[in-house]
Amino acid sequence: MPSRDEIFEKVKTALVDALGVDDDEVTPGATMVGDLGAESIDFLDIVFRLEKSFGIKIPRGELFPEDVLSSTEFVSNGKVNAAGLAALKARMPFYDLTKFEQNPSVQNFPNMLTVEDMVRYVQSKVGG
Amino acid sequence: MRWFWIDRFDEFVRNRHAVAVKNVSLAEEHLHDHFPGAALMPNSLIVEGMAQTAGLLVADAIDYNRRVVLAKVAGAEFHFDAVPGDTIRFRAEILDLKPAGSFTKVSSTVDERLQGEAELFFAHLEPGEGVPKLFEPDELLKWLDQMHIYDIGRDESGQPLQRPDW
Repeated sequence: MPSRDEIFEKVKTALVDALGVDDDEVTPGATMVGDLGAESIDFLDIVFRLEKSFGIKIPRGELFPEDVLSSTEFVSNGKVNAAGLAALKARMPFYDLTKFEQNPSVQNFPNMLTVEDMVRYVQSKVGG
Repeated sequence: MRWFWIDRFDEFVRNRHAVAVKNVSLAEEHLHDHFPGAALMPNSLIVEGMAQTAGLLVADAIDYNRRVVLAKVAGAEFHFDAVPGDTIRFRAEILDLKPAGSFTKVSSTVDERLQGEAELFFAHLEPGEGVPKLFEPDELLKWLDQMHIYDIGRDESGQPLQRPDW
C-alpha cells in the first residue's frame, strides 16, 4: 500500500506532465484551476495519467459530481444548498469543502479543487 | 490546396494502432515560403499529420458516432527536419479511449530514424448544440477509400475491416 508521500509524488508527476508546470509549483494547497492553470481538457489528461500511474479506474462523475451540481434539488439560484452540501460531503469525503461552503456557487466548484484534494482522492482509491 | 497531411495508410488495426505515410514534395505550396531556397516541412504540419493518423484511428474505433477533434498536444518533440524527397511514416497508438475523449501516442519517422513524437488528446463531441453536422457520409467514405483503410484494415481479431455502408 503506497504511503501518502509516494502518492503525492506520483500525483505531482502527473500534474507536471499534464499541465507543464514546474515541480515546485505543485504544492498541496495549490488550486488546480487558479494556481496550476488547469482547463477542462487538462482534467481528462490528468484522469488518464492517474489511471495509468496507479492502476485505478476513475469513473466520470466521481471527481466532478455533475449530477449534484446540476440538480434542482441541490442547487438554488446557482448556489449549492444545505442538502446539496451534505450530498457532496457524503459522495466525496476526500474533498475539503470548507472554503467552498463559504461561497457555494456552482461555478466556483472547479476552482476550489486543490492538489491535496486530488491526493486524498487517489488515497481513497488505492487504500493508502 | 487541400488539408490532407497524410497520403495513405499502410497499417490499420481497429482500436489499436495505425501507420500512415506522407511524402514531402517540393511541389507543395507551403514549402515555397518555408523557406525560400531551403525547404523544410514545418513540424506544426507534421503534428497535423500525426493528428489525422491518430484521429481516424480513434474515429473508426467509435464507429464515427462522435466528432473527433484534436484537443491537446502534450510533449511534442522533434529531432530533425523532414525535407523534400523524404517519406514521413506516422505510427499512432491508442493508449486509452473513453466516451468523452482519447489519449494517443504518435511518432514520425524518416528512413526509420525517429523524427518526432507527441501525445495527442482528442475530445469526442456529440452532435448537438454548438457542434456542426458531423460529416457528409459519402465525402468521408471517399477520403477513407483514398487512404486505403478498407484495403489493409483489420479489426482486433485480425478480420478485414468492413467498409461502412452509410
